[in-house]
Amino acid sequence: MLNYILKRILGIIPIVLGITLISFTIIHLAPGKPAVIEEAMSQRVSLEVRQRLEKLYGLDKPLHIQYLHWVKRIIFLDFGNSITDSRPVIEKIMERIPVTLTINLLSLSLILLVAIPLGVKSALRPGGVFDKFTTLFVFVGFAMPSFWLALLLMQFFAIKLGWLPISGIKSLDFEYFSISQKIFDLGRHLILPVLVSSLGGLAGISRYMRSNMIEALKQPYIYTARAKGLTQRDIVYKHALRNAILPIVTILGLSIPGLLGGSVIFESIFALPGVGELFYKAVMMRDYNLIMASVVLGAVLTMMGNLIADISYAYIDPRISYHN
Amino acid sequence: MKKSLKRINNIASVLLSSSLIRLPLITAALLFFLIQPGSAKDYGDAFVVGSIGDARTLVPILASDSASADVCAMIFNGLVKYDKDIRLVGDLAENWVIEEGGLVITFFLKKDIYWHDGVPFSARDVEFTYQKLIDPEVRTPYSSDFERIERLEVVDDYTVRVTYKEAFAPALASWAMNILPRHLLEREDLNNTDFSRHPIGTGPYKFKSWRTQEKIELISNKDYFEKRPYIDRYIYRIIPDQATLFLELQTQGVDSSGLTPLQYQRQTETEYFRNNYRKFRLPSFGYTYLGYNLNNPKFKDKRVRQALNYAVDKEEIIKIVLLGLGKVATGPFVDESWAYNHSVKSCAYDPHKARQLLSQAGWIDTDKDGWLDKEGEVFEFTVVTNQGNEARIKTLQIIQRRLKEIGIKVNIEVIEWSVFVSEFIDKRNFEAVLLGWSLSRDPDCYDIWHSSKTKEGEFNFVGYRNPQVDDLIVKARKTFDQTQRSKYYNQIHEIIYEQQPYMFLYVPDGLSVVQRRFKGIKPAALGIGYNFIDWWVEKSEQRYKIKLER
Repeated sequence: MLNYILKRILGIIPIVLGITLISFTIIHLAPGKPAVIEEAMSQRVSLEVRQRLEKLYGLDKPLHIQYLHWVKRIIFLDFGNSITDSRPVIEKIMERIPVTLTINLLSLSLILLVAIPLGVKSALRPGGVFDKFTTLFVFVGFAMPSFWLALLLMQFFAIKLGWLPISGIKSLDFEYFSISQKIFDLGRHLILPVLVSSLGGLAGISRYMRSNMIEALKQPYIYTARAKGLTQRDIVYKHALRNAILPIVTILGLSIPGLLGGSVIFESIFALPGVGELFYKAVMMRDYNLIMASVVLGAVLTMMGNLIADISYAYIDPRISYHN
Repeated sequence: MKKSLKRINNIASVLLSSSLIRLPLITAALLFFLIQPGSAKDYGDAFVVGSIGDARTLVPILASDSASADVCAMIFNGLVKYDKDIRLVGDLAENWVIEEGGLVITFFLKKDIYWHDGVPFSARDVEFTYQKLIDPEVRTPYSSDFERIERLEVVDDYTVRVTYKEAFAPALASWAMNILPRHLLEREDLNNTDFSRHPIGTGPYKFKSWRTQEKIELISNKDYFEKRPYIDRYIYRIIPDQATLFLELQTQGVDSSGLTPLQYQRQTETEYFRNNYRKFRLPSFGYTYLGYNLNNPKFKDKRVRQALNYAVDKEEIIKIVLLGLGKVATGPFVDESWAYNHSVKSCAYDPHKARQLLSQAGWIDTDKDGWLDKEGEVFEFTVVTNQGNEARIKTLQIIQRRLKEIGIKVNIEVIEWSVFVSEFIDKRNFEAVLLGWSLSRDPDCYDIWHSSKTKEGEFNFVGYRNPQVDDLIVKARKTFDQTQRSKYYNQIHEIIYEQQPYMFLYVPDGLSVVQRRFKGIKPAALGIGYNFIDWWVEKSEQRYKIKLER
């Protein structure tokens, strides 16, 4: 097993390098230059100054040299500084991760908590009233534009009822609160974002769960279990569920990179300081170091997610083993 | 004040009618009311301003975005600043003398000014800031104005003498640049310093905290050299989405924000907004225009450009795109500027005259297909503009329709900003562009209109060349006397409008709201923020009551 994991991890390195090479080339092939100065069209900023600034950022060097410089630094885990404010890219990403991770973890838990029972219940009587209703509900949730739903919920819960804050992650006076007030405050701010971000995810997981469950309930071992006289409860939750849930594990593994990936629209609407907004702006401003850091982060996490999914398979499903 | 006077009156009458036994007590009460200090303006509360963008750096000489500039303006001071009527007055400088025809400016600095950490401010700080501005290693976009300086001498702790290579009238205004503290930054790499997120200045507010993409908080500087600001806290709250920002106004999560014309005209016309917010509509210092590539044969003929100007109704654009919240632009200066020539009038919408001028220039619809043509070629051109600016796209659609009516085919191309600038504007790869200029308070327009500024990447990208205008621009920037200088600009204004290198469209109004509890706001030509330290909130109406540790 250990051997297997080690081999897989070593295999990640060339793939990540390949990904960065391709990304680096594509980013630089895209037209447009880094917005070294936000107001590229400001009268106060002359051409000479702009050229001097480009030089200071090393943007005047040939592409392959720039890439080699980048790789050399990356070996020592130095992702460089952001073009927009000269801060280390790592620092900028790290300060955004807690918010994104918290919201994604909470909404993933909420999705699992709701979607699995929904899927199981639907599968027990496919085509029944409950199944039809949930199908409608999860698809409406999936299809609804999150920014629109978010605005409607804000309008209702924050303005009409005044129960929840509209946006942000903390109140303005957060620093002056006691611990319990802080927890309460964070909770209030998290309700709407977590709710809105989970609703879209319900459809996927509950549908997978439903079809896996239907499949599982048709298996011969279910007939055996029924023949043995087991209760419906035992059949569904002990025998069928354990088999039906396997594919969900793959999906969970694949959603690991998603845990650190934010959504621009979502974060803008709720004014959350997450990574989505950071990376979006990086692209718009051609902040190359920051874009590359996000590419590396995404690539590594995706492959780690795959690996974790494969490993957890072996634990959940005794039929799978990585020994030769 | 009135209230307490009334109280004193009441007490006086009680005093007369009551028995003498209670006198000492009443005298004490009377004294208490007479010396009560809070009767004028109250200190306290917080001002929460909503912004769609976060600041990038709080090193003012590196900051090029408006969010950073907004926050820096509260923390730092320049040697000079603009007063409410857009006249230069002293800020850190008490006064100054301009000698030798503008070659030498001597600043006499105010004494007893302290940095927020208690160290006295002196001429050495001015010298240091200058050195950083011209240091080629420092990533400042503002070096141009300071490279004209031949030498800067510190005469004594409170006197700085600046000698220029040649007379340069905008030089004085360039000293509105925020001054940096030498004692803190001398050994720092300015490009890479912690100071950019923990600044120390001389201004009315001190830096307190910065939560990236959430808020920046400042607290009032009790020892500010003008006076202690009444509002205790200034909170810059970042809400990237316009719709959310507007919802926040409805729960008073922010006290002030900018508005779109639609929000100003329609969405804020409610009972709630009238009761809780005061709306402001002030002219912005900029204009939107359609610029022609003058090297393109289609636009070489002045009559064609004039015809296009007659064919487009600017009032209509303002009515539809800005919902009436703007003014017609008539040239390279705006109404509020002393350089503006009031005798230049925007020509009225006149499609008939437009057709006449076009036929004089040889553009006639010979094949009767509805489009004008000349030498077998249809009059058709493409206008490029940047993505993300709804008003510009709507404006273009109106222009497109109006020009179609006189037989000119207009295509619209909308392009992402970075590509737009580097591939289209810088490389002169366009027939016409729709863009806006935001102007500095000093009217010097060398970079936009002088014929030497037509190289790739420079700002005279339409390729305007006029020796007379060149001459006037150079004369104007060497003249310190404002009356004389404005004569030059008036001439420039007239010539440029007549020649129509741009079709000047509109000057949009700057729209904003401020919560009603803030008193002391006096809108002026400069806007509303210039007297922020005079704004105040009555004790009973204050919303944020955290005790500050200073």
